[in-house]
Amino acid sequence: MDFKRVLALVKKNMKKFTRDPGTLFLLVLFPVVLTTVFGFAFGGIGESGPQSFEIGVVNTDYSSDHPEWASGFFTNLSDIEGVILVEYADNETGQADLLQGSIDALIVIPTGFGDSCQSYWEFPFDGTSWINTSISLYLDSGSLVATAAVPPIVQQVFLRTLFGDAKISLDVPVQLTSPQLISASSVSQWDFMVPGMFAFSAIFITVIVAQSMTVERNEGLLRRMSTTPVTSSDYMLSQTLSYMTVAIIQVAMIFLTSYLIGYRPATGLIGIGFALTILAVFSLSCVGLGLIAATFTNSADGATGLAFMVAMPQMFLGTFMPLGGIADTIASIMPSTYVTDALTTLFLRGALVTTPSIWIDLVLVVAASIIVVIAGILVFDRWGRGM
Amino acid sequence: MEVIVEQSFKKTKKTAIELKNLTKRFGNLTAVDGLFLDIRWGEIFGLLGPNGAGKTTTVNILSTLLDPTEGYATVAGHDVVEKASEVRKVIGLCPQEPAYFPYLTGRENIELFGQLHSVPQKLLGERIENLAQRVDIHDDIDRRASHYSGGMIRRISTIMALIHDPPVALLDEPTVAMDPISRRSVWDFIKELRSQNKTIILTTHYMEEAQELSDRVGIIDEGRLIEVGPPQDLIDKYQVNDLEDVFVLRTGKKLKEEV
Repeated sequence: MDFKRVLALVKKNMKKFTRDPGTLFLLVLFPVVLTTVFGFAFGGIGESGPQSFEIGVVNTDYSSDHPEWASGFFTNLSDIEGVILVEYADNETGQADLLQGSIDALIVIPTGFGDSCQSYWEFPFDGTSWINTSISLYLDSGSLVATAAVPPIVQQVFLRTLFGDAKISLDVPVQLTSPQLISASSVSQWDFMVPGMFAFSAIFITVIVAQSMTVERNEGLLRRMSTTPVTSSDYMLSQTLSYMTVAIIQVAMIFLTSYLIGYRPATGLIGIGFALTILAVFSLSCVGLGLIAATFTNSADGATGLAFMVAMPQMFLGTFMPLGGIADTIASIMPSTYVTDALTTLFLRGALVTTPSIWIDLVLVVAASIIVVIAGILVFDRWGRGM
Repeated sequence: MEVIVEQSFKKTKKTAIELKNLTKRFGNLTAVDGLFLDIRWGEIFGLLGPNGAGKTTTVNILSTLLDPTEGYATVAGHDVVEKASEVRKVIGLCPQEPAYFPYLTGRENIELFGQLHSVPQKLLGERIENLAQRVDIHDDIDRRASHYSGGMIRRISTIMALIHDPPVALLDEPTVAMDPISRRSVWDFIKELRSQNKTIILTTHYMEEAQELSDRVGIIDEGRLIEVGPPQDLIDKYQVNDLEDVFVLRTGKKLKEEV
């Protein structure tokens, strides 16, 4: 391998990216345009205030000797900025409104709620004497924000109701499971989508690689270069480095665009560095898939179509949001899922870079990328060069 | 059909290119059929033949793009299959269908191929200036290749083939689509290469070009070498006016239809 040759080919590719309008659009402008459009569509533009939630409440604690606990809970809930309380006389009416999307969530205060709270204060250190109850919480599954944000809000409100403003994390007799630990006050749908945007744009590299390689093969450029001392590994490494560079530029541009329209990730420079790393590695798998798509097509159009067929499942199964069911099973074999997961953990949940789960994501993406890029190189070198 | 087994030059230090029973089949089609040929250093060898005769297939084998089905070929003593990487260092190919990067300028295309051949950057600049002057493309060398005419592309392709100063050049119809002035400048350039002791295989449909430039010509028909020798010797041998008459006589085809 000769690095001067590799560098010469990388420079050639960079000139192509900047001079070919179609390539420039797909690689750089399209992700920026997409980011801006999504920003408008999902409420990121200029939004700096908290997200507003309409939360329905049903109080079934009619016969309690301590109704002040339920009313205190409602008062504290309505004090949360951005929460609009809608009271229902019964569960059925509330459920109906939730189904129609009129509210984002429905909270049902159980019978015995007041007694349960009271039992805690009577025997704060004797859990066996508590009267245990559970607050029922129903969420609009179509509202990403409500799904993630409301449970912690309810948990927070309950603890404030029980303990006042003191920060306490003792066992209590009323339980509510909080699925995600996020800062709910500033989360919008846009915040959920940004991590997926990075992976989404990188996936387009698959299409560009497939197109580019098909054109270079069909126009005899690969044959022409193969009469020079350039080796297959020189050429493939140059392609890989070129598209990794593009991936990093894409990420930077999407980040900048998102930032300009109000996005603020819950991580620092080290987290952003980690994101760049995992996306650069992910771009390797996109290059590999592009090579495979180019191998089995004869024209740039065919390569584009096949590349889209390869890229589509990654784009829509697991890149933006978990879809549940079989979609999640399929997504679990796609590297983009782990990229989005790591970026969501960093950017949305504000996890530290030392969080084990993101390193597991990185290892999985590295492994998948190595396998795919090696497979792509072998397949393209064997059948795709048109020699 | 009489088949000539060319044996003018034995395998000595003077042999730049050697073909021994070189054969290439594509399925049932035999594109090159048992070629024997030695080409010495510093020789310009014109390879002539009707369309589909096997000229380009032969060039493709010599440039390591194709492997022979039978026989072998060496360039500068290196087997084109076993030592393909060594062969690639010593050849310069100007292919029949020029391949270039349309989004690069002429200079950038040439620079790239120079860099792929590890030509030092300073030397590269000097050579580009020099070669661009020789083939009369200097004024347009910084234009995007996508804006070039067919003749300009041919000239750029010729420089791309020679930028690393290879001892062996394979020029596959280098003057197609050129105007007479440009063609003449390329002819002068090729003659200059001969003075530098370079070995050149030149395929062409222009008999005048072959007669003007070649030390020897070989006529291939249906994959076989049916005539070989200096142009004037062949003209004398068949007592005709020019090489075109020899070609028509030996291949039995009308050259103008071919062209």
